[in-house]
Amino acid sequence: MAVLVYAETQGNKVKKAALECVFYGKKVADAEGAECIALVLGSANGVEELGNYGADRVIQISDASLDQFDSMVHTSVIGQVVDATSAQTVILAHSSTGKSLLGRLSAKLSAGSVSGVIDVPSYENGFTVKKSVFSGKAIAEFKVKTDKRVLTLSGNSFKPEEIGTRVDVEHMDVTIPTSSVKVIEVKREEGTVPLPEAELVVSAGRGMKGPENWGIIEELANELGATTACSRPVADIGWRPHHEHVGQTGVAIKPNLYIAAGISGAIQHLAGVNNSKVIVVINKDSEAPFFKAADYGVLGDLFEVVPKLTEAVKKFKAGL
Amino acid sequence: MKLLVCISKTPETTAKIAFSDDKTAFIKDGVQFIMNPYDEWYALVRALELKEANGGTVTVLNVGPSSNDIIIRKGLALGADDAVRIDTDPQSAYYTAAQIAEYAKENGYDIILFGKETIDYNGSEVGAMVAEMLNLPFASYVSKLEMTDDKAIVSRDIEGGVEVSEITGAFVLSAAKGLAEQRIANMKGIMMSKRKPLKVVPPSDVENPVSVTGYSLPQGKLGVKMLDPENMDELVRLLHEEAKVI
Ligand SMILES: Cc1cc2nc3c(=O)[nH]c(=O)nc-3n(C[C@H](O)[C@H](O)[C@H](O)COP(=O)(O)OP(=O)(O)OC[C@H]3O[C@@H](n4cnc5c(N)ncnc54)[C@H](O)[C@@H]3O)c2cc1C
Repeated sequence: MAVLVYAETQGNKVKKAALECVFYGKKVADAEGAECIALVLGSANGVEELGNYGADRVIQISDASLDQFDSMVHTSVIGQVVDATSAQTVILAHSSTGKSLLGRLSAKLSAGSVSGVIDVPSYENGFTVKKSVFSGKAIAEFKVKTDKRVLTLSGNSFKPEEIGTRVDVEHMDVTIPTSSVKVIEVKREEGTVPLPEAELVVSAGRGMKGPENWGIIEELANELGATTACSRPVADIGWRPHHEHVGQTGVAIKPNLYIAAGISGAIQHLAGVNNSKVIVVINKDSEAPFFKAADYGVLGDLFEVVPKLTEAVKKFKAGL
Repeated sequence: MKLLVCISKTPETTAKIAFSDDKTAFIKDGVQFIMNPYDEWYALVRALELKEANGGTVTVLNVGPSSNDIIIRKGLALGADDAVRIDTDPQSAYYTAAQIAEYAKENGYDIILFGKETIDYNGSEVGAMVAEMLNLPFASYVSKLEMTDDKAIVSRDIEGGVEVSEITGAFVLSAAKGLAEQRIANMKGIMMSKRKPLKVVPPSDVENPVSVTGYSLPQGKLGVKMLDPENMDELVRLLHEEAKVI
């Protein structure tokens, strides 16, 4: 019996989400009396460190063709490893890659799937596990009735800890099908943590008055090492790029800290951010609904408050 | 080009989310339902644009009971040529995908489009499942799609960027923001939608592997602590010492 964790890599390195998944996979494996096996596809380096986070075994299929992502090819390969290891539970990150594989693997393995799980499964009444639904407005418990199951783990749900030791990397022979998808280019913004993975987020809305005023938001984000986000109207009118749009019809996030300046806190906005651990709201309207969803509130003009907050963060960092 | 757009019904975005006393059912009374925004705003509109540019047909498909017809008619009002409803409750992502795949494989579509996720269960699973069931490539989170004579060029939203790729042959895609601009149905479209064909087909026999056993509401906030706007040092101190997030 095994729990198979697909450990995602990017640019030859294991992603943080992979460490979270392995750490979580080990918990699931312990509960199921199974081994936790991490699987790496492609030519990443340093994958033996997955052992440190709980993998009992690490399998790497380092064929360079797997460095480009094709959900069809990757599903075929993961399916072969599932068969070879008799894995019962497959765990992936709740990322663009993981989510693209989840449904395919479910279909391939005839396994029930749950996407974006937030907790360890329970085995009291069959296999049940929780996920957030209605864009963060509620939590549902799903029961998987098949012997095999596939899960994606919602990011930032577990903080990976070093609970194991390095293990030797094994290889496995698989058949790699040819792909009908050709990746031409990958464009990434370098230097910032992508929004879905960010632990600290500074977000702003229509209260900013115009795109030319975003400097103060970027400075605060820089000082904190945070990623920037925005409300939907701000992205729709082109003040900020679409990928920054958070909420029910944008990116759903759950960082440790979400700072919202000049955002009213409409229900559709809250839906995508209310799972953040700590929320700070800066708004000049004491009636702004966002204050009800906040941990800390500052009633004031953001054009004065945000620069002051940036100064305070600077002072704090200098004193550390 | 033969295009199939799979549309789902979801509660309206401001709907109150409440559950039965035993916490096993979502209370639908008084809830208004809409076409899932990602399906309507991006997948359907891009399909209509492709048809307008290159010819072909756009079919909308929904798995659901007859009460969903109103949403299907909206798809027709926006410009789809015809519609199919598979007459069963969409019990889970897998169950729904299997119904769609069963129907689609008989009909040979060039592109099958989905929204990137529904705003109720946020599963993001059905499109990928259909792709696997039909053995087709899957382009997920597509924010741009251009067709050349023999290829599709797609931009996929990935964490912190985009991936551009070429796909040859039929494929499945899931639509993200940016793929198209939301359209509003006009009077003519609404009138015409009443006369467009809506075919109801019986479901296939599929075993449902997953079910919801209960719901809960997330832990609310304990109440907001208001701070002096002149004293941001205090906020930073609290974030460090009390909340421990910086
Ligand atoms: C189907 C649907 C889906 C939607 N999905 C989303 C979604 O995913 N994400 C999303 O964000 N929205 C979404 N919306 C829109 C949502 O309803 C709100 O309209 C939107 O979130 C408001 O954005 P805002 O808070 O930036 O602007 P506003 O509501 O205009 O709020 C601006 C705020 O800034 C404050 N302010 C102004 N000036 C200052 C100042 N100098 N200092 C401090 N505060 C100031 C004001 O008091 C106000 O509270 C959706 C709507 C619909 C209908």
